Amino acid sequence: MLDIKDLRVKIEDKEILKGINLSVRAGEVHAIMGPNGSGKSTLASALAGRNYFDITHGKILYEGKDLTELTPEDRARAGIFLGFQYPVEIPGVSMVNFLRAAINSKREYRGEKPLPAGDFLKLMREKKKVVEINSDLTNRSVNEGFSGGEKKKNEIFQMALLEPKLAILDETDSGLDIDALRIVANGVNKLRSPENATIVITHYQRLLDYIVPDFVHVLYKGRIVKSGDKKLAKELEEHGYDWIKQEVDLKA
Amino acid sequence: MTDQEKILNEVTDNDYKFGFHSKIETETIPKGLNEDVIRLISAKKEEPGWMTESRLKAFRHWQTMTMPDWAHLQIPDIDYQDIIYYAAPKKEAKYQSLDEVDPELIDTFNRLGIPLEEQKQLAGVAVDAVMDSVSVKTTFQDTLAELGIIFCSFSEAVKNHPDLVQKYMGSVVPYTDNFFAALNSAVFSDGSFCYIPKGIRCPMELSTYFRINTANTGQFERTLIIAEDDTYVSYLEGCTAPMRDENQLHAAIVEIVAMENAEVKYSTVQNWYPGDKAGKGGIYNFVTKRGICKGDNSKISWTQVETGSAITWKYPSCILKGHNSVGEFYSVAVTNNYQQADTGTKMIHIGKNTRSTIISKGISAGRSQNSYRGLVRVLKGAEYARNFSQCDSLLLGDKCGAHTFPYLEVDNRTAIVEHEATTSKIGEDQIFYCNQRGIDTENAISLIVNGYAKEVLNKLPMEFAVEAQKLLAITLEGSVG
Ligand SMILES: Nc1ncnc2c1ncn2[C@@H]1O[C@H](COP(=O)(O)OP(=O)(O)OP(=O)(O)O)[C@@H](O)[C@H]1O
Ligand SMILES: [Mg+2]
Repeated sequence: MLDIKDLRVKIEDKEILKGINLSVRAGEVHAIMGPNGSGKSTLASALAGRNYFDITHGKILYEGKDLTELTPEDRARAGIFLGFQYPVEIPGVSMVNFLRAAINSKREYRGEKPLPAGDFLKLMREKKKVVEINSDLTNRSVNEGFSGGEKKKNEIFQMALLEPKLAILDETDSGLDIDALRIVANGVNKLRSPENATIVITHYQRLLDYIVPDFVHVLYKGRIVKSGDKKLAKELEEHGYDWIKQEVDLKA
Repeated sequence: MTDQEKILNEVTDNDYKFGFHSKIETETIPKGLNEDVIRLISAKKEEPGWMTESRLKAFRHWQTMTMPDWAHLQIPDIDYQDIIYYAAPKKEAKYQSLDEVDPELIDTFNRLGIPLEEQKQLAGVAVDAVMDSVSVKTTFQDTLAELGIIFCSFSEAVKNHPDLVQKYMGSVVPYTDNFFAALNSAVFSDGSFCYIPKGIRCPMELSTYFRINTANTGQFERTLIIAEDDTYVSYLEGCTAPMRDENQLHAAIVEIVAMENAEVKYSTVQNWYPGDKAGKGGIYNFVTKRGICKGDNSKISWTQVETGSAITWKYPSCILKGHNSVGEFYSVAVTNNYQQADTGTKMIHIGKNTRSTIISKGISAGRSQNSYRGLVRVLKGAEYARNFSQCDSLLLGDKCGAHTFPYLEVDNRTAIVEHEATTSKIGEDQIFYCNQRGIDTENAISLIVNGYAKEVLNKLPMEFAVEAQKLLAITLEGSVG
């Protein structure tokens, strides 16, 4: 589904991603871990199409197509969803209007008619149950005045509504209380199917108890320096990153 | 160019939809302004002597005045002798039926979305259509007359209701008020007149649609609304003009009188030609709008969506004379490219327990300048007067300017006056967030801008709120940031 080949990304002359290789097949869950500032969010942004940086080298293939040729909105319509590490507030724009615009633009892209208002509201109600989100939140403006945890839950709610093929969740677990963590994980698990794939970026092995990954990758200084299965996450939890850093820095 | 600028340019690059010019046979008088021209205008309109005299008095006063320069505007010199002060579609006459109207003219209004045939119109909206200096057609007049409501062109009112015109014209905006008011009082062309008799709720929206068509012509319309005791009327004004390289002058006066328990809602969707992307051409929109809440418990509410004009100088105001009277001003002003707007309101509290609300939402893009200027004045006798003002500015890009000039003059200690102001910017991250959910940049801006202006748009009559939303989106098309 997703093939990243030797991806290099520069922000203002500084190389942030230094050759990323990653393959994600349908049905898989990949976890990406790594110290602060190692480039995890940058990788997520590159997939979503944010372009305050330059892709200087490499390829991103999504369902066989060159992803970099698609605008961010077309990537979204083609099924890529990014759960933001820091969701932004959009004052004055109601969640309902926002999500309706989102769903209908996706439908239009697929050549479908806009969803009738009644059906849309029904769908909202259904998905709200999945993430146990407070009704009141969806009556407010997008993320405006939401608490940190509420914003994260709202990302999962949107994911549930938009039913992406490839979801990238950037530290969606940070700032969640135990119950919210379980709810978020449930949301992700419910979406899991042989047709979909998920990339979870996280600092905590705890999340991976709920969302069991097929692969765990460690990103350090712009490279994937280690890959393994869920046991790798356990090791990191116990020993931290020092041993990996040492391995890498020694080689260099 | 940064990314932000690129998107900005895309969204603000849009063409004016109403810029066509109609080939209508027009009768114009020669350029220039003097007493003879004023007599000529008055004669063309077959006006009574008192009207001619009133025009001349205003003209003589105007000659002693100079253009105001206190606004945050750069107004190029205007040569008042280089303007045509009267233009009318030929075959003018008084159209009794639509058959007499030039088909091209009917077509023009059709293209503007304002059909003159009553059966084709929005149910519940009566329209007075004004082209250049004359009113072309007023619809639903008969239906309204059954209730005693007078809705006609100003010229007709001068002829058929001289007592009302003489009593109220200039009573809210005297010709001495300001430079443009004096000019208008001297040369005004046409506009609408509306009288709601005691105890009547006007059953339909009244609206005037102004269209400038002829080149080198100024438009000086005059509107007068009188709402007697216990009445209600909602009035809407719209306007457009062809695209031209030269600037055209529009200097209007609107006066509203609200008696006891009367409520007047006046909404404007101003979409005069704003000039091209390089700032060439466009309408100079210098307008004096004022209403007086004369009777107790009366209410005047101004709602404006200002998207057009090269330069806008406009402060719809309320004189709150009656006790417990209420004044409201809801405004969205959008400027793009090289447009300049200096707009706001004046709320003059005279009566006891008078209340006013000001909600102003400025949106600037391109290299435009957008200023809010508002005065809240509470006189000595205005016990327990209250005002709440909120002035927000939204910036798209970093080459535009937003300014706020609030003035407070409070002479009564029981008065409560509150003012809030914010400035924000549409962030690239907000737009990206929308993009990531599949919403393209244009729709994202339109969502964000409409969300921002929602409080004001909600005040418009339903049919027009939708139009206004689209207009906001179109005005900003090509301008994200
Ligand atoms: N817009 C930017 N301008 C300059 N530097 C940037 C920008 N965005 C990211 N960086 C830098 O790129 C590097 C990688 O940042 P990134 O956000 O991808 O890290 P991360 O792995 O997600 O970290 P965290 O775990 O703290 O979220 C950091 O050194 C960061 O300072
Ligand atoms: Mg990050």
